[in-house]
Amino acid sequence: MSSDNHLIVRNGAGGDAFPAVCGGKGVLVMIEQVVQVPLAVGEDLTIPKNRIGSGEKRLCVVTGTHGDELEGQYVAWRLARLLKEHPEHLHGTVDIYPALNPLGISTMTRGMPLCDLDMNRTFPGSENGSMSEYVAARLIQDMAGADACIDIHASNIFLREIPQVRINENTARRLVPLAKYLNMDLIWIHAAATVLESTLAHSLNALDTPTLVVEMGIGMRVTRTYGDRLITGILSLMAHLGMWSAPVMPVAPPIVSSDGYVSFVNASCPGIFFPSSSHTAHVEEGQELGVIADPLTGEVRDILKSPASGLLFTLREYPVVYEGSLIARILGGSL
Amino acid sequence: MREEVLFTLDTPYRQPLAVKGWRFGDPERKSLAVVGALRGNEVQQMYICSQLIRALETLEEEGKLAPDCGVLVIPCANQFSMNVGRRFWAADNTDINRMFPGYDGGETTQRIAARIFATIQGYEYGVHFTSFYLPGSCLPHARIMETGYQHPEEALAFGLPYILLRKPQPYDTTTLNYNWQIWDTQAFSLYTQETDCVDHPSACQAVEAVLRFLGKKGLSTQPVSEPEAASVIFREDGLHNILSATGGLLFHRREPGDTVTAGEVLADILDPCTGQVRERLRTAHAGKVFFAHKAQLIAGHDVAFRVLPEA
Repeated sequence: MSSDNHLIVRNGAGGDAFPAVCGGKGVLVMIEQVVQVPLAVGEDLTIPKNRIGSGEKRLCVVTGTHGDELEGQYVAWRLARLLKEHPEHLHGTVDIYPALNPLGISTMTRGMPLCDLDMNRTFPGSENGSMSEYVAARLIQDMAGADACIDIHASNIFLREIPQVRINENTARRLVPLAKYLNMDLIWIHAAATVLESTLAHSLNALDTPTLVVEMGIGMRVTRTYGDRLITGILSLMAHLGMWSAPVMPVAPPIVSSDGYVSFVNASCPGIFFPSSSHTAHVEEGQELGVIADPLTGEVRDILKSPASGLLFTLREYPVVYEGSLIARILGGSL
Repeated sequence: MREEVLFTLDTPYRQPLAVKGWRFGDPERKSLAVVGALRGNEVQQMYICSQLIRALETLEEEGKLAPDCGVLVIPCANQFSMNVGRRFWAADNTDINRMFPGYDGGETTQRIAARIFATIQGYEYGVHFTSFYLPGSCLPHARIMETGYQHPEEALAFGLPYILLRKPQPYDTTTLNYNWQIWDTQAFSLYTQETDCVDHPSACQAVEAVLRFLGKKGLSTQPVSEPEAASVIFREDGLHNILSATGGLLFHRREPGDTVTAGEVLADILDPCTGQVRERLRTAHAGKVFFAHKAQLIAGHDVAFRVLPEA
């Protein structure tokens, strides 16, 4: 630990900033509480960010909106270390928000524990609203105006996803060129839906802050290979934005697809799903994806087959299924 | 009265979810559909439906339903969650009331919503007894989404003291109320004072409101009582929010329904360990307390009260 490196901890609600020693090589690092709200008993809800570097260009890396999605924790950790270790290549400001929903992460709860709301349906929030709306409004204020924002999600605990960027069709023209830098396998351009207008990404994009939503892996787990790929992608995007000057490993071009090329397989009946195809495999139309079994009778209740030839990019991980439970998504058709 | 299973959904380890409805009057007529608990903690909403079923059964037996009246009541569509003490769908924690109009080829709760919606679509009027996401009590009222298809004057027939108009937010667009209205049913969400326990007086008030509505619309011949005062129609953004600045133990001095003056103290927030008063919550506006946070503990920046200012 060298004495010329310092960490500044500052309370975003107007508290004093003070320097503290930290590891690194001279890069300015500042932990700041973006939101601080008193809880009922002896504790504050705090949402910190780690500001690394300085300069006009700014990238926000955001994760932990859903408390059961942990893939972004690895990315936040690795990115913070990497930037602090190589300040000579950093030209601008990187704000890392590892936990937008700290109460959710700490309690293994997807939503916000105090109100049981999906935090990603509360944006852009309101300064004069309830606590969830206030928190959302403060976060938007803090991120708005960045040159880019990357909002990292895992899947939920039920499904495993390949690394992908999801983009609303209304913002595709602007965002797809940026998304191609992120080193993901797939860019999924999905239809607009009014209900999605209350997401962080929609709210920031509406404020002219380009925001890319990454989905990868599975809930409650960390897939380090996916995280490492995204780190490369983030550096690649930073290089494109003029914020990173070191050479970056080349990024493979992703598949870009709209809804029309995505086929869904849902469970036709309840039971236990046993897959027979592997996630990320190429499957043929009619190929068996797995069975829904009945442990009580020993019967196979249904054999699930692929409706299209293509990439099995979503596969159910959690075995208990109900009628309608999503089993798989296949990226097929003529791309 | 005809009791029927509207649809079932098999489950892997429990009995099938059987959603039941009770029909009254002409089975070919779609006058009024009433939906109760879509969430597992909406005990009050289910109870109101049960009392409404009893009242409608009496009306029908006495021949007091109009010949062209057909009513359907669905007290509970989510015993799967209610029986295990969960608010949302217990298998994946999704909210059926955020899945409308539903999709029969989609995920489980989308399918449940689609089947409910298929059953209740086409009714002239729709009533949903539902609950608020904030933990608290509010005055009984009818709530209407301003979708562009709303007719607030229709809600006057309930005779409830308040009719609240809400400008829909994006997350409202997947609720039953919103979609019902978009699909040509005059939809009203009726709120009473409780959710996870029964409040008998406000439940009776809700049942009386629906019976009054039937009478006013010519769907029943039972004489109806007139409310003590005309309904007040107001927009939700006209409510004055009183937010807590700090957290602690909340002790009310005023309750929903109380008339308050500007500057009056509505509650104290005490330090939970020392009992010292941390904050006195005051209203800047004179009016009536419309909503009060119910839980004993409160965090900072939470909605402790909503006051309807004097006109």
